[in-house]
Amino acid sequence: MSRSLLQHPSLRSGLIAGLVTVFLGLVGFLSAFQDDALLVGHLLGANRSLTLGTAVVLAALIWAGARAAPAGRPGWPAPRGPLYGALAGLVAALVLAAFARLGRSVDLRAIFPKASPELYDMVAFSGGAFAGEAGWELLRLLILGAAMGLLGALWQGLAPRSRRLATPAILLVLGLGVFAEQFLLVLAHNGIAEHFRGWLFLKGGGLAAPGAILVAVLAVAAGLAAERGWTPRQALARQAPARRRAILSLGWTLALALTLVLPWLLGSYHSDVLDTVGLYALMGLGLNIVVGFAGMLDLGYVAFFALGAYTAAVLTSKESFLAPCIRLVEGVCAEHMPLTGFWVAVPAAVLVAGLGGVLLGIPVLKMRGDYLAIITLGFGEIIRILAQSDWLRPYLGGSQGIAGIAPATIPFSGIAVAGLRKPQLLFYLILAACLLAVFIARRLRDSRLGRAWMAIREDEDVAEAMGIHLVMTKLMAFGTGAALAGLAGTLFGVKLTTIYPHSFALLVSINILALIIVGGMGSIAGVMVGALVLVGLPELLRDFQDFRWMAFGAVLVWMMLNRPEGLLPDAERRRELRPEGAPAAAD
Amino acid sequence: MSEAMLSIQKLTKRFGGLTAVDDISIEVPERSIYAVIGPNGAGKTTLFNCITGFYRPEEGAVRLAGGGNLERLRPDEIARLGVTRTYQNIRLFADLTALENVQIGLHHRLRTGLVGAILRPPAARREEAWALGEARRLLAYVDLAEEGDQVARNLPYGAQRRLEIARALATEPRLLLLDEPTAGMNPNETAEMIDFIRRLRDDLGLTVLLIEHDMKVIMTVSQRITVMDFGQKIAEGTPAEIQANPRVIEAYLGRGAAAAGKGV
Repeated sequence: MSRSLLQHPSLRSGLIAGLVTVFLGLVGFLSAFQDDALLVGHLLGANRSLTLGTAVVLAALIWAGARAAPAGRPGWPAPRGPLYGALAGLVAALVLAAFARLGRSVDLRAIFPKASPELYDMVAFSGGAFAGEAGWELLRLLILGAAMGLLGALWQGLAPRSRRLATPAILLVLGLGVFAEQFLLVLAHNGIAEHFRGWLFLKGGGLAAPGAILVAVLAVAAGLAAERGWTPRQALARQAPARRRAILSLGWTLALALTLVLPWLLGSYHSDVLDTVGLYALMGLGLNIVVGFAGMLDLGYVAFFALGAYTAAVLTSKESFLAPCIRLVEGVCAEHMPLTGFWVAVPAAVLVAGLGGVLLGIPVLKMRGDYLAIITLGFGEIIRILAQSDWLRPYLGGSQGIAGIAPATIPFSGIAVAGLRKPQLLFYLILAACLLAVFIARRLRDSRLGRAWMAIREDEDVAEAMGIHLVMTKLMAFGTGAALAGLAGTLFGVKLTTIYPHSFALLVSINILALIIVGGMGSIAGVMVGALVLVGLPELLRDFQDFRWMAFGAVLVWMMLNRPEGLLPDAERRRELRPEGAPAAAD
Repeated sequence: MSEAMLSIQKLTKRFGGLTAVDDISIEVPERSIYAVIGPNGAGKTTLFNCITGFYRPEEGAVRLAGGGNLERLRPDEIARLGVTRTYQNIRLFADLTALENVQIGLHHRLRTGLVGAILRPPAARREEAWALGEARRLLAYVDLAEEGDQVARNLPYGAQRRLEIARALATEPRLLLLDEPTAGMNPNETAEMIDFIRRLRDDLGLTVLLIEHDMKVIMTVSQRITVMDFGQKIAEGTPAEIQANPRVIEAYLGRGAAAAGKGV
């Protein structure tokens, strides 16, 4: 094969798409989603569903076509675009056909356990609904490949505006299909699933055709509205300031009210997911002070989470070594005032974690950047290993951890956060903690201290030359961040009632850091969005089994390549609040 | 001239085998504009770094009138005593607004701590309001009143220089160290800067120690000059004395020029 032929875009794209699909098939990615219906509809006289696995194969073929088609005049396919695209799809289909042929004649399962006959049927679009004569299989696959490639090329040739309108619609339909089961679960909880199931979702869990069309049309309509300046934000900007404020405060009130009833709308399982999201958001807010505000890379943040959790556990668990003393104290003065339990453990845990932050900070804060990251990484591991050690087993329970952590109580009501409604009740505690953390973070950000942190983040030497005491200022960031992690640790213990050392692994620190980066470094709203995306999404993607972490990793890579500033960056917020040309006297 | 605002005695700073500042003694009179000049690599910026505490000198003393010895203090302590600097290659907090840059300069004149920042009691509110007003006043002083909400990196070059000085002024210095304040400026901007430096002395009563390359600036603005070469002081005097000093001409233009007796 000559070099120039190999460099032909159609051949290259086709080969890439085909081989990637084969790889996904061999590792079991495709067959894992063979039963996960995205769309369900009545087609050619029978009920047919588009499974997620098939959708991935089709997407690969379309992608090959789109990649191979040369860019033409905007709005028009390039002269040879459709041809190139169809060729690329054909090449990819050939790869798939060859793979299916090979697999059917040689059993590959000794090496690739997932290389089942169903997989070959799937990639070759034969069997099942497509079952037919074997001779037609190859032809059908090639026609399908060429058609999909052509589709990709035509997509490439679409006017940017059409693509801008269509992309959200397609993503929304696919997203609804993927999360169909989750929606059904929530709808079922509220007893309204039956009304929707008929036309929006079908039994298989996928989106029904009328539902899909409706969603797509709505998405395109929303896109058109946005083009004409009919988005809520733009409409709001046109209002008079006083009216705008009124509308905004009404919106916030509604949002708050919705948040308050949210756990009861969502049901137990999704409330539990929400609790986890909230805990991570709380820790994210704390770490954001250290990393986002002050620019210190802390990879051992989980240590303070552990300090808080263990402090609270030791103070409230029935099995704690302190339990006899606590019972004694309770016996003496419980009539007068509560000296134990959750509400005593909270300040104690916050204090211990905050102090831990300061104590760790004193020796290490002279380090910068990478060195600080490594030291904090080590500290995080030390805390976990100490908790696991035999040496501290009598106090911290070794690898069995501490069980029987007392439930929290809702203040002034005496309602214990336990039992069947626990995830819902706990949500309110976590929400309150998050709101407190947001309040603290906002106040600090807009203060002398917050400015000093920003100065240190931007240029440590100059900050010092301007009279900022580096060690003290950094310690305050470290201590505040650690204290919030301690608070999260307490709530974590209450949520699980048992804590183990392995709950405090390095991955927790990394996850919190990742959610800050994804949300937008230094941005408070970004932390919330980041927690929802990075913690909530993997929980909801449980359908994806082992592959959810792969999908998660892919999303992270994609994010960093395409939107490195994060989903809700802080600078944008500033630009929003102070549009160009607005009078500076606003504040 | 009154007593010395800054008195540097036998200051020496070495980097390995290199003596960047070699036995330098300088007396900077109060309310004066004092220049340190010299060819590239003469040790002028190292001298600045020693005064502001960024480097620890090996030998010698740096005394500030009413502030004691500086040579063992941290940079932030020195800043709090009233010595602030600007940088040769402007070092603003580039991603922050002009206003925030100046507010950071006000840091050590404010008292609000961690708890105060969170609870924001009336005293903290008053302080913040004062800081905002003071920062705006300083911005107006350097002619940047309209640019307060601009991100520092988007300001034009001359404005960045002035903003850096405003940030330094916010620390309420008695001694201001300017590292090549007119570097990269056109003649117009340079003339304005000269005027501005004079105003700093005359309006605010500051003592200014500056490093400069532009001979015209030095000769017009400074009252006394120290010339450094290879870390050593090779001359000191008034602009007229320096202009006539053959060693200075030699250091700047080479031996031949000195022998030919050409002026600077």
